[in-house]
Amino acid sequence: MRTDLELIHRWIPQGAHILDLACGDGTLLAALARDKSVTGYGLEIDPEGITACIAKGVNVIEQNLDAGLANFEDDSYDLVVMTQALQALRRPDRMLDEMLRVADECIITFPNFAYWRHRVHLGIRGYMPVSKSLPHAWYDTPNIHLSTFNDFEHLCRDKGLSITDRAVGIRDHEGHWTSRLWPNLFGEIAIFRVGRQPMRSAP
Amino acid sequence: MPEFPDDSVGLVTPQTAHFDDPLTLACGMTLPAYDLTYETYGTLNAERNNAVLICHALSGHHHAAGYHDDERKPGWWDAHIGPGKSIDTNRFFVVSLNNLGGCHGSTGPASINPETGRLWGPEFPMVTVGDWVHSQARLADRLGIERFAAVVGGSLGGMQVLQWTLTYPERIANAVVIAATPKLSAQNIAFNEVARQAIRSDPDYHGGWYAEHGTAPRRGLKLARMVGHITYLSEDAMGSKFGRDLRTNDLNFGYDVEFQVESYLRYQGDTFSSAFDANTYLLMTKALDYFDPAAAHGGDLARALAPAVCPFLVVSFTSDWRFPPSRSRELTDALIHAGKPVSYVNIDSPHGHDAFLLPDPRYQAVFAAFMSRAARDLGLAEETT
Repeated sequence: MRTDLELIHRWIPQGAHILDLACGDGTLLAALARDKSVTGYGLEIDPEGITACIAKGVNVIEQNLDAGLANFEDDSYDLVVMTQALQALRRPDRMLDEMLRVADECIITFPNFAYWRHRVHLGIRGYMPVSKSLPHAWYDTPNIHLSTFNDFEHLCRDKGLSITDRAVGIRDHEGHWTSRLWPNLFGEIAIFRVGRQPMRSAP
Repeated sequence: MPEFPDDSVGLVTPQTAHFDDPLTLACGMTLPAYDLTYETYGTLNAERNNAVLICHALSGHHHAAGYHDDERKPGWWDAHIGPGKSIDTNRFFVVSLNNLGGCHGSTGPASINPETGRLWGPEFPMVTVGDWVHSQARLADRLGIERFAAVVGGSLGGMQVLQWTLTYPERIANAVVIAATPKLSAQNIAFNEVARQAIRSDPDYHGGWYAEHGTAPRRGLKLARMVGHITYLSEDAMGSKFGRDLRTNDLNFGYDVEFQVESYLRYQGDTFSSAFDANTYLLMTKALDYFDPAAAHGGDLARALAPAVCPFLVVSFTSDWRFPPSRSRELTDALIHAGKPVSYVNIDSPHGHDAFLLPDPRYQAVFAAFMSRAARDLGLAEETT
């Protein structure tokens, strides 16, 4: 499993009822159902991902995240997860509101644009970064709202949300000590656990 | 012996089951005895847990797959039932019946009413989706099937599947609801009413006793089918199939067939009206109109779905305007609100409502994935050779 998914797997409590936005091939939901009796639904628009979910027995709903989550009721889930999709949404800020409407906690992961390799690409070589976490060229990328570890933290602060946990991952291995010290520089993938109320202690 | 394709169930022979235990219907009437005509494909395993029930749509029947002796065309859902197909007959035992009130062998308006010795005709009781499901459960009893591995259907067939999950939740392990709706819209009912009026206002209808007059309301049924057929196709599908093409090079300034689409609709209407019973058509359209499982729960579909326990696969098609994706979404969202296991897929297809009958790579992949997962969960053999 991907590094960010492994961490999320650890964070999600036993028996939680969750939504997984942009659930891909259903790897996370299938593992959570198997290991932690987690229930819920995945949302996805990629046909291959959807078929893979169905083959695994993961509940998947074909739904475009840009259309919002209006069909999900307030407080109807324990937690909403969205991995590697924030940067491809039309309005990431509104999605954050939506996620924290249907659950009081959410976990979001996205590629950290301020990762040192990305900075080298842009700052020194003068090209838009292309990396394992940002594999597309500037002209065909679905990522229209790239942000940094710091940017996201500011957004949460502006919205008065509480960050109950945060981490960074490196694609291939567990985070190095440097990434814990300077996450905005040494973290390739940002992982945030955000709650609705500020100053709320983690469960 | 003719040659059949490798992925066909081959030659099939319909069977008839006779039932003597009276069936009380939603309308209050009781059918003292009745026949159900059905076909089966594949083999029922020793555990009797690999049976799949196929529910047919408005003008469908029991002949869903394979070939009859006298036909070159396979059954109406042959694209999806057979060895290696979405409903893989190497793993599943498929049961497909003609519903009560039908005109393909099961007891219906063209059968004899034992109480009068006369054809049932217009006196055949109104049957509902709920009644069908009860009769299907009795057929399952007869075949020794306690629980279906899956109940599957498109359009009106999908409504029967939905009803199964509510009436017999313990007897259905998986539900596949394709191109259906949890209830008809006013527009859907309006189209059905046009169809019924076309039939009932035909001078050959004779209040439904046409058979006794040695005739049939073919013009009315033809019109009903023509109207229906328009709602089965998308505007784009009709446009690309016929456009404004003429049958001859010039306009002839008359009311004979000029445009290809007129010719097509007339042909469809003629073929149908010579093979289908008008009273059955009337009954089937009423069964569609009446279906509304939420009605008994103050219109709250999520509450109506409370008894359901099995995983659902809900499928819609982008260009279907008869039961558009929004109706499948309505069902899916209600299932989500009720906390039921459901997957929903909206297949990109230009073929309108008819898309549920046709092969399509993504449709087949999704359908097959769901059915294989169902087979795996039930511990069915990967393949019987």
